[in-house]
Amino acid sequence: MATQTQETQDVQAHGDGHGHHERLQHHFISLDQQFSSAKLGMWLFLVTELLLFSGMFVAYAVYMQWYPEAFAVASEALDWKMGFANTIVLLASSLTVALSIHFIQKGNTKAMITSLSATLGLAVVFLIVKYFEYTDKFSHGIYPGEAFNPTGSYAYLDVPNAVQYFSIYYVMTGIHAVHVIVGMLVFAWLIYRALRHHFSPEWYTPVELGGLYWHFVDLVWIFLFPLLYLL
Amino acid sequence: MSSATAAQGSPAASKAGNQGASTYLNHKKTIRSWLLTLDHKRIGVLYAVTLATVFLLAGLLALAVRAELFMPGETIMSNDAYNQTFTMHGIMMVFLFIVPSIPAILGNFVLPMQLGAKDVAFPRLNLASWYVYMIGGALVVTALLVGSVDTGWTFYTPYSSSGSVSVLYMTLAIFIAGFSSIFTGINFIVTIHKMRAPGLTWNRLPLFVWGLYATSIVMVLATPVIGITMLLLFLERILQIGIFDPALGGDPILFQHFFWFYSHPAVYIMILPAFGIISELMTAFSRQRIFGYKAIALSSVAIALLGFLVWGHHMFVSGQSAISGIVFSLITYLIGIPSGIKIFNWVATMYKGSVWLQTPMLYALSFLFLFTIGGLTGIMVGVLAVDVHLHDTYFVVGHFHYVMMGGTVIALLGGMHYWWPKITGKMYNETLGKIAAILIFIGFNTTFFPQLILGAQGMPRRYANYVEEFTFLHQVSTIGSLVLAAGLFLVLGYMVYSLFRGQKAASNPWGAATLEWTMATSPPDPHNFTRTPIVTRGPYDFHLADEVFGPQHTGDGAGDGAAPEPAVPRKTETA
Repeated sequence: MATQTQETQDVQAHGDGHGHHERLQHHFISLDQQFSSAKLGMWLFLVTELLLFSGMFVAYAVYMQWYPEAFAVASEALDWKMGFANTIVLLASSLTVALSIHFIQKGNTKAMITSLSATLGLAVVFLIVKYFEYTDKFSHGIYPGEAFNPTGSYAYLDVPNAVQYFSIYYVMTGIHAVHVIVGMLVFAWLIYRALRHHFSPEWYTPVELGGLYWHFVDLVWIFLFPLLYLL
Repeated sequence: MSSATAAQGSPAASKAGNQGASTYLNHKKTIRSWLLTLDHKRIGVLYAVTLATVFLLAGLLALAVRAELFMPGETIMSNDAYNQTFTMHGIMMVFLFIVPSIPAILGNFVLPMQLGAKDVAFPRLNLASWYVYMIGGALVVTALLVGSVDTGWTFYTPYSSSGSVSVLYMTLAIFIAGFSSIFTGINFIVTIHKMRAPGLTWNRLPLFVWGLYATSIVMVLATPVIGITMLLLFLERILQIGIFDPALGGDPILFQHFFWFYSHPAVYIMILPAFGIISELMTAFSRQRIFGYKAIALSSVAIALLGFLVWGHHMFVSGQSAISGIVFSLITYLIGIPSGIKIFNWVATMYKGSVWLQTPMLYALSFLFLFTIGGLTGIMVGVLAVDVHLHDTYFVVGHFHYVMMGGTVIALLGGMHYWWPKITGKMYNETLGKIAAILIFIGFNTTFFPQLILGAQGMPRRYANYVEEFTFLHQVSTIGSLVLAAGLFLVLGYMVYSLFRGQKAASNPWGAATLEWTMATSPPDPHNFTRTPIVTRGPYDFHLADEVFGPQHTGDGAGDGAAPEPAVPRKTETA
């Protein structure tokens, strides 16, 4: 996101004397060029994100193959209803973030702020659901790694290599949750800037990039949900 | 778009540039203006200073390794100290020096200029990459201070998941430094796609740009994988999550797969920009259009893509299946094809050119010899049966030093000499330059050729001790390393001297035909160009480069970049 903060310095140094848009950075020729560069940059960043997650997906696939029984037992322990609820929440948030881009293209700042706030709210709901899932597991001794010691209603999980499943579950959903938190910070920042009328139909690059990022976070969950909860 | 640009040409820029007084180096002078600069040229200089320091430190560690190996038994350090020394040498050279080296220094400085752009697409991201790199570097130093790292640069589990706690800092350092690479890669790809000057089509891109483009693809696709690997290793250490540790049900071979999925493509991150530099040097100093432009450009991209399919050749003896060994071995041979294409094209470029043996060209010629040895020994260790014998021996050490140092570092040196006048506005001492280039060539071969022989005879890598029979070759290698060091210190000496006492450089001392030479002063204006270049020819079309040689091919150098000495013989054909 560091790529698209304000470039006021250069513009001012320039005296802004030759009538280009105040958001046009000095080294670009047109807003179009600047916008498409930013978008390409964001897509490339998402490619790196995809490969970051791919390492974890490979680890999942390998151990799923090695320890199918343990994985079958362990994945039973996850509550698919919670996962499903979160899937709906994230899909809805993808809609709201897409709407926010639509609204700013139409010049409707107010509606954009509303839908950005809705997105932020849905992200919070996602994390609350995740919080209940995590604490339920923690309270029964289901931790990643060597602290793994299932008790009570989850005592049946005390089978060899179930710990691998939960390690991978916590790492994948944990890193995904970090991405959700980053997304929330981005939306808070976007709302702050929108309130100060920084965006217009001519220039709304940060909103577009935030939206792209959020769709990606959503998409990762779309893969995590069936792999972890349903298989 | 094009006409608008040419007309627009920023007023601030033209005011500064035409007087020749204000350059990117002196238009602002405070430390703050350097540390917060968004100028790609200054960021390149920041990287140059940083990376030169890292290279010096890691190089001194290499000398310590060589000193220990001068005699069998304990020479100057304990076995433990030796393990840490070669580990630090490897980590610093690979992750902190060679991976960023050419893209971060010369790529940053030259790429936007060769594209006729004012800057990279994301200047702040560019500066951030330097700071992220510095944080990574600081963590490496922390790792050194809090304990010892003796895993080798490869961090193989379970060794790395059980040893000293400073492995934690080291993995974190590499995770963070990786972002610096990613930022640079993203920046370069977007810059090349979106910031080209009017008329600069893909087939008119200088080959250094093509090299950087291929490199950036690898940076973007491979680096995140080392990131997640280091993160998983980190979690393995603090939580015992059982991904890589066999005692917990994990798989150490999986770590090797992950590690080499990054680290083999990373080898191409290191060498592809070097190919780009050599293409520039060959054509500029042969006064000849590059032979097989498209073949060179596309072979870089081919290497970048094929490079993702060969990681398993590092694991022939790891216990991976025989069939994957065979497949990885075959794909490894394929990489020889695009690499060979390049070598032949460079040789063909010199044929019937008029070769001008200035220092950068000496490095380019060194590169041809050294990289060819490095490449061919690479094919040898890519052969399944041969690799079983050579795996983990000095042959491998010799091989990758021929590629990494004989290839990348030599090309970096050639590139630094070539662009030094542009970067600093000063000429270095040509005689000393030639002496140093020859010293480095001799020193390099004396150091590393014996290592190839030692390895074939069975000397294992990473051992502090060896049997009596190997003494002579080890001593030759150590003496060679001193010659090599002398050459490198000589370079450092006359380069620094030239900053203060060097002759002022002309804007195009080599008579090259790419934009950074033909359109910009030495050192360049803060905005690179005083007007946006409009490109009408290929980067090596010397016969069309009137701005270099004057119109009507009179050869009197009426243009900006009259090559001062000697009178350069040129072909007069008009193709």
